[in-house]
Amino acid sequence: MDTNNMHPVMKWVEYRLPVFSFLDHSLGTQYPTPKNLNYWWNFGSLLGLVLVIMIASGISLAMHYTAHIDFAFNSVERIMRDVNYGWLIRYIHMNGGSMFFIAVYIHIFRGLYFGSYQAPREILWMIGIFILLAMMATAFMGYVLPWGQMSFWGATVITNLFSAIPVVGDSIVTLLWGGFSVDNPTLNRFFALHYLFPFVIVGLVVLHIWALHIHGSNNPTGIDVKNKEQDTVGFHPYFSVKDLFGMGVFLMFFMFFVFFAPNFFGEVDNYIPADPMVTPTHIVPEWYFLPYYAILRAFTGDFLVYQVVSLGGLLMDAKLAGVLAMFASILLLLFMPWLDGAKVRSCRFRPIMAMAFWVFFLDCLVLGYIGGKPAEGIYVTIGQFTTFYYFFHLLVLVPLISRLERPKPLPESINASVLKAAE
Amino acid sequence: MNIIKTSVAVLTLVGAVFTPQETLASGDTPHAPKQEWSFNGLFGTFDQAAAQRGFQVYQEVCASCHGLNLLSYRHLSGIGFNEAEIKAIAATVEVQDGPDSEGEMFDRPGIPADRFVSPYPNPQAAASSNGGKAPPDLSLMTKARLGGSNYVYGLLTGYADAPIEFELPEDGNYNKYYPGHVIAMAAPLDDESVEYTDGTKPTLAQHAKDVTTFLAWAAEPEMEERKRMGIKVLLFLLVLTGMLYAVKRKVWEDLH
Repeated sequence: MDTNNMHPVMKWVEYRLPVFSFLDHSLGTQYPTPKNLNYWWNFGSLLGLVLVIMIASGISLAMHYTAHIDFAFNSVERIMRDVNYGWLIRYIHMNGGSMFFIAVYIHIFRGLYFGSYQAPREILWMIGIFILLAMMATAFMGYVLPWGQMSFWGATVITNLFSAIPVVGDSIVTLLWGGFSVDNPTLNRFFALHYLFPFVIVGLVVLHIWALHIHGSNNPTGIDVKNKEQDTVGFHPYFSVKDLFGMGVFLMFFMFFVFFAPNFFGEVDNYIPADPMVTPTHIVPEWYFLPYYAILRAFTGDFLVYQVVSLGGLLMDAKLAGVLAMFASILLLLFMPWLDGAKVRSCRFRPIMAMAFWVFFLDCLVLGYIGGKPAEGIYVTIGQFTTFYYFFHLLVLVPLISRLERPKPLPESINASVLKAAE
Repeated sequence: MNIIKTSVAVLTLVGAVFTPQETLASGDTPHAPKQEWSFNGLFGTFDQAAAQRGFQVYQEVCASCHGLNLLSYRHLSGIGFNEAEIKAIAATVEVQDGPDSEGEMFDRPGIPADRFVSPYPNPQAAASSNGGKAPPDLSLMTKARLGGSNYVYGLLTGYADAPIEFELPEDGNYNKYYPGHVIAMAAPLDDESVEYTDGTKPTLAQHAKDVTTFLAWAAEPEMEERKRMGIKVLLFLLVLTGMLYAVKRKVWEDLH
């Protein structure tokens, strides 16, 4: 950055703490960005925006919320009715959770399609998976705070999963609950952790962006930057303005739900105060957990995959297998850089892998659908098949296709691909 | 309304299979049919006359068993009651207050800041007077049931004789739309349950429609302000996004 043209005050600061050149190198004209990034690359900055919105609205809510089982439900309703614009803050926060997951899932599938996890971006990708895990924990605990029926029973079902762990399972559950059932101590610690975790996410995001800046963004062709002059443009103004436009579109989508369908993503049961004596007829998690919920429930005694992995039931019971499979479904993604053995990143040049990607995408949607259905009849069969396919894709198809498929010829450079597309 | 429907349909297609599925606990209970509500749609507002009549229905019928504990009398300004009317309404109830300087609890007439007084002193009393199960509070009823206002209306008008093959327990009532069909509450409304002062014909359907409008307001008193603000916010974002797009085009021009 040319310090000679700076305002004297800026220059004074810059000499002592070089914030301006730091910004210029991380988000400004000096951060080279592949010029062929498409709109799927907008979701990173959108996630940053949602994180800020969630923290800002969340802190405002925390100023009015009471983390006690006798008051939590009514304190949320007080926010909705009597706090100035409380309904707005609360609906932003509530729908923000769903927006966060919509954006993060698109972000992840984008990475999968264009091979963004491949060398040298393995650590960048893995930090991203940890962010997803932290988001899931935060969202789960946040959903418990209004202390409605689904809050209570969701918390009961999910925390009970840990009891499947051999030997220490019951102790872990007691620790999570702070007692012997989901009760006031549970609500209190969930509130404390729900407030803490977003800042853990912020820390992880800093690492994520740091790792990103070492090798820069991947791009739709998946090929490396060869000539900085020809292949890249400065992040500012090109991508700063493109990201701002994306934020406008995304905010319209977000705000539509906040103002006109604020309970679209929610469950009606959560407007009934928690009652430990009355079990809802159908306990379901929030929509963004449904695929994992389907995987969890797929593991029954007669599920063939269970029979195989547990050596006919010798190794573990079906509940433990389901819990492990649920966690494995996410943790496996950590190994994507090595499961995928291809030399070419982008599925644009890997037609067979692209096809497998879309089938996998569809499989995840179906898992989500099944997760919202009662575990009976045909839903069980579909759930078990799609669960099998989820792991089959990651553990068999990806390693095989990536190593056997002959990719299409790559463009000479990012610049060449842009010029060719323009013809 | 169409915009909502289209957007919801698009979302249903894209993300959607994820959407929490409506599952009927009891298998065969049908969904209550959709009604025309004044508060439907992007520009919908509460029909204040209907909400006020509905308040009367609540006061004269529902309030003998069902609380409305998230509302204060002062909130009634939201459906068009003026200050004097609200004071008069609040003054009709006795509120226990205290302790006073001598440590005694005392009764006084209600004031607008008081919460709606519950029909029972505590949940145990509510349960024991109603066959073991307390009548639910109605503050959030239209948000807390699948089908919302349509369900509440359907329930109030859905009482019928049980089909011959249906085994109705002795203390139950048959309702077309209540999950499982057996509801403890006897049909609360009938033609002329309440005498309206504005000349509206007091039919069962009218009572049900009015009280549902009142309850819809009670559950979402912020709805009108929310929608009004939403229109402004979306228009603002539309213009802003359009301008940002123009800037983006301009900035990228020299690259293309």
